[in-house]
Amino acid sequence: MSHILLRHRDIPDINKLDVYLANGGFSAFRKVVTGMDKQAVVDEVKKSGLRGRGGAGFPTGLKWSFIDNNSWPHYVVANADESEPGTFKDREIMEQNPFQFLEGVAIASYAVGANAAYVYLRGEFWQQAHFLDECIAEMEKAGFLGDNLFDTDYSLRIYTHLGAGAYICGEETALLESLEGKRGQPRLRPPFPPSVGLYGKPTIVNNVETLTNVPPIIERGADWYRTFGTEKSPGVKIFSLSGNVEKPGNYELPLGTTFRELIFTHGGGIPNGRGVKAIMPAGASSSVIVATDEALDTPMDYEQVQNVGSVLGSASVIVIDDSYSMEWVVNKTLHFFKHESCGKCTPCREGTYWMLNISNRIHQGRGSAQDVDLLYDVAKQIQSKCLCALGEFSTMAVVTGIERFRTDFDSQGQSTPAEG
Amino acid sequence: MNRLLKEYPQEVEKTLAKYPLEQKRSAVMPLLYLAQRDKMHIDRQDMIDVAEICGITETEVKAIAGFYTLYHEEPGGKIRVQVCTDIACALRGADEFYAHLCERLGVEDGGTTPDGAVTVEQVKCLAACHNVPVFQVQNADGLTYYENQSVESALEIIEKLRQGESQEEAA
Repeated sequence: MSHILLRHRDIPDINKLDVYLANGGFSAFRKVVTGMDKQAVVDEVKKSGLRGRGGAGFPTGLKWSFIDNNSWPHYVVANADESEPGTFKDREIMEQNPFQFLEGVAIASYAVGANAAYVYLRGEFWQQAHFLDECIAEMEKAGFLGDNLFDTDYSLRIYTHLGAGAYICGEETALLESLEGKRGQPRLRPPFPPSVGLYGKPTIVNNVETLTNVPPIIERGADWYRTFGTEKSPGVKIFSLSGNVEKPGNYELPLGTTFRELIFTHGGGIPNGRGVKAIMPAGASSSVIVATDEALDTPMDYEQVQNVGSVLGSASVIVIDDSYSMEWVVNKTLHFFKHESCGKCTPCREGTYWMLNISNRIHQGRGSAQDVDLLYDVAKQIQSKCLCALGEFSTMAVVTGIERFRTDFDSQGQSTPAEG
Repeated sequence: MNRLLKEYPQEVEKTLAKYPLEQKRSAVMPLLYLAQRDKMHIDRQDMIDVAEICGITETEVKAIAGFYTLYHEEPGGKIRVQVCTDIACALRGADEFYAHLCERLGVEDGGTTPDGAVTVEQVKCLAACHNVPVFQVQNADGLTYYENQSVESALEIIEKLRQGESQEEAA
């Protein structure tokens, strides 16, 4: 099967404009601007069943239909903040197939009536931002961006904006705050961005991979797109495979591919003759899956991963072999969330601090007999009380790690009270 | 006079042009990068300069500089070597790589080499989990990734960057 998103793996140099054009590039954008009603574009994407690839899995067409037409101007913002540990797919798209992504931005902008779009990249994607700037300049020169596109009255400009190292800016309202020149802290919702977004105006925020799906959907139709994946999770997904596997990397596969196929057929299995102990399917934010045969045979789509007690998220599949203790894994994830908590809401700011504190005690063998229960209890108390998903995510590995791998924590050793 | 307007008039203008006229505040992050470029840290005068261009207070600029990890308020090396030791990298030996690199450079975690040229620090996931060990270098040129590294190749890269830096200073 040829790639729909990672097309550079089939067509060399597709990150050059002439090669992209020679392979049908921008025909979908031309088609919508010159011949399709805005509503028809939204309807086609709705019909395709495309769901947000950034992690939440929200239906893309439905999100677009929420744009408030009583308030103007409108904006489209591409979320290129890719920061979930284990996720590295958007980076490959922007480096290798940037025009398909930018064409997706352009089609989305047309569909919601936006004349300006921003690509918000994490600060570390400095090179990618400069490359996209070059691509955007080429598109302007070739007449795909600017005023009166294809001799219509539609105009569009795309700008890049670099973050500066903050995981929270992947949360869409924190991203908008950051783009407005503020600290990246989430807003209270509702209102949601399609009503009140960038500069208080209706805004659609979509992930890079989501937008990259749009040109082929417009070009070949929703029915074609639905021939991939499952009924409720149609289409293809890029799975970022990392951790203890022979061949880590990005794999574009239909939604519903099993963990076993990804890890063993594509990823080459586990190195050093080790067994697979656990899987984190949504990066550091995952509930940890015990790698039983049943779990390995579970199809990876938005519904079925829940059957084994986790979520698909951004499909950043981290594989953990049986030489690692879950206690160590949990400690690592807590270092991450403590560092990335934005500090706005108390349960997350204080909770991640205390979870790391207790986890460090356990990890360093200074813990008391009650510390594992205390860590579990603190995590449970954070749940459902945070302003955004980050606080919730910080508890997932803690709660499921302790519930499903309790002996890893208890065997870490305890100190005498005097040392604690 | 405002140093940014004096030294980088075109960059400032180009940056402001990205945002609506009444939303100059959006330029605060790109302008902080600009202010940081030469000395790899941001001082109080930089914040005053950025605040003036964006039409916000110095306090607001400081709050932003303090929030994001890629802005540095404390002087350090002009070459910042930032090694990912997050979960996916750690499963592929990043902690050991980082420890060896620090040892060979003779620095503590987060420390700067005795000549003041290179600061070495741990960072969170860089979205390069399939090419471990990975580090990025933050310097006047921006940010550059170095993937699939060994301690030896990393030391070679750092040495080259250090030589480039000292040549620039001599010139």
